[in-house]
Amino acid sequence: MRDVAIVGVGLSRWGEVWDASLRTLWTEAALAALDDAGLDRVDSITVGSMTPGLFVGQEHLGALLADELGMAGVPATRVESACASGGVALKVGFAEVAAGLADIVLVTGVEKMTDVSGDECTAALAAAADAELEVFYGATFPGLYAMMARAHMARWGTTREQLAMVAVKNHRHGALNPHAQYRQEITVKDVIEAAKVAEPLTILDCSPITDGAAALVLAEIGVARKLAKGRPIVRVAGVGQATDRIALQSRADLTTLPATTLAAQRAFKMADKGPADVHLAEVHDCFTIAEIVVVEALGLCKPGEGGCQASSGRTALGGELPVNPSGGLKSKGHPVGATGVAQAVEITTQLRGAAGKRQVKGARVGLTQNMGGTGASTVVHILEVAS
Amino acid sequence: MSTLNPARVAREFPSRYRLEAARCDACGAVSFPPRLVCPSCRGRKFKVVPLQPEGKVLTWTVIHVGPSSHKHEVPYALAVVELADGVRITCQIADVDPAQVAAGMPVRLEFRRIQEDGEAGVIAYGHKAVPA
Ligand SMILES: [Zn+2]
Repeated sequence: MRDVAIVGVGLSRWGEVWDASLRTLWTEAALAALDDAGLDRVDSITVGSMTPGLFVGQEHLGALLADELGMAGVPATRVESACASGGVALKVGFAEVAAGLADIVLVTGVEKMTDVSGDECTAALAAAADAELEVFYGATFPGLYAMMARAHMARWGTTREQLAMVAVKNHRHGALNPHAQYRQEITVKDVIEAAKVAEPLTILDCSPITDGAAALVLAEIGVARKLAKGRPIVRVAGVGQATDRIALQSRADLTTLPATTLAAQRAFKMADKGPADVHLAEVHDCFTIAEIVVVEALGLCKPGEGGCQASSGRTALGGELPVNPSGGLKSKGHPVGATGVAQAVEITTQLRGAAGKRQVKGARVGLTQNMGGTGASTVVHILEVAS
Repeated sequence: MSTLNPARVAREFPSRYRLEAARCDACGAVSFPPRLVCPSCRGRKFKVVPLQPEGKVLTWTVIHVGPSSHKHEVPYALAVVELADGVRITCQIADVDPAQVAAGMPVRLEFRRIQEDGEAGVIAYGHKAVPA
């Protein structure tokens, strides 16, 4: 396998971007990443997108977006894995470069979510749950994660305040990120007293609805060294992916995420590293409980101790192991198909030392964890500064 | 967007109307609804067995923001219920104040209306759990 590096990163505008279509947002991100890399050609394109058919009535994104970029002719592939679509698009792009199918790949993710009503958006997202076993009976994603939260609270003594602290921490981080959708700080009281969505979760335990796109340019490491322009070279050191039973009810333990653990083990093995080597992580905090269960599943803390990671300050900026310095899905926003790519944009920016006020000092190894559904699809990447 | 296609609803009659489940010949695990491959041992031979309708709540939530198909019912209690033969299902807990639902609560499945597609469309039935 050939070594692969990230040579360009880019984001579109994020938020409720009413004046931009899916294709415009995607092109903004793609151009930003190409300009960052100093390239105007690629060998291949991957696009992570969860359900553009339901959100904007458009499928066939590979050809559409290659055309939009003036690159008709270039092979382009849409990748779908629910909210892990972006992370899996990165894995596919990595594999193309590693295998020698391409020297330079444009890896992208996009979702345009605010063109539809709230009800239509809920229905589109619910399509990632089990339609027959869960959605038919009135389950929603907040409801499924709420049931994980209740189970985690019962088993480990995790508190309502600890859930809220994840949101408080991530908004504090997002306030430092000019790119975040919601940059205001919030308090534990704000979270607990906000409108109920699915008990015990309120609207402030949930990530927002976001329009946005993210892009990376991957290159074979020799090509990357020529493009470095004096910047640190960020290498993709480990890649891991796994699945689980899709319906929450089918999991032996409702308080763990085995697919995240498996994906992390695979990525760590490939990188010849372990959880103790990680300096910062961007993880899939679609709901506050998700970050708690994910940090346990990744081995970044002991089982059952996920609840006190944010409240103790360990996973805050300035703490021992900052988690979601970008603000995470919670504050930065969650355009579902773009999220996995945007996580790698943030880690690359951090490893280059270019993250401004939210910079994690001395960061040389970072991890991304991106998952779909209630964790039935997970992809983990380990990025490091290449020597 | 309704997903109550008449063919789909009819396909689901055996499990939703008669609570038909499948017991794996090789390992004894019960799958509900029936499927072609046992998720426990990958066995492919099954016997049809009736689902045991008694069980208990494993975890639950009260949904305040519901999907359009269930919006008229909010707030409603939704739970993962473990039945006597080890099968787990996700369903609403009915005939009780949602605030009274708790883990460990004994429940029994009852046949109830779950969704309908407008006034003249398909009506889909299934089960809700009620306090036992
Ligand atoms: Zn079996």
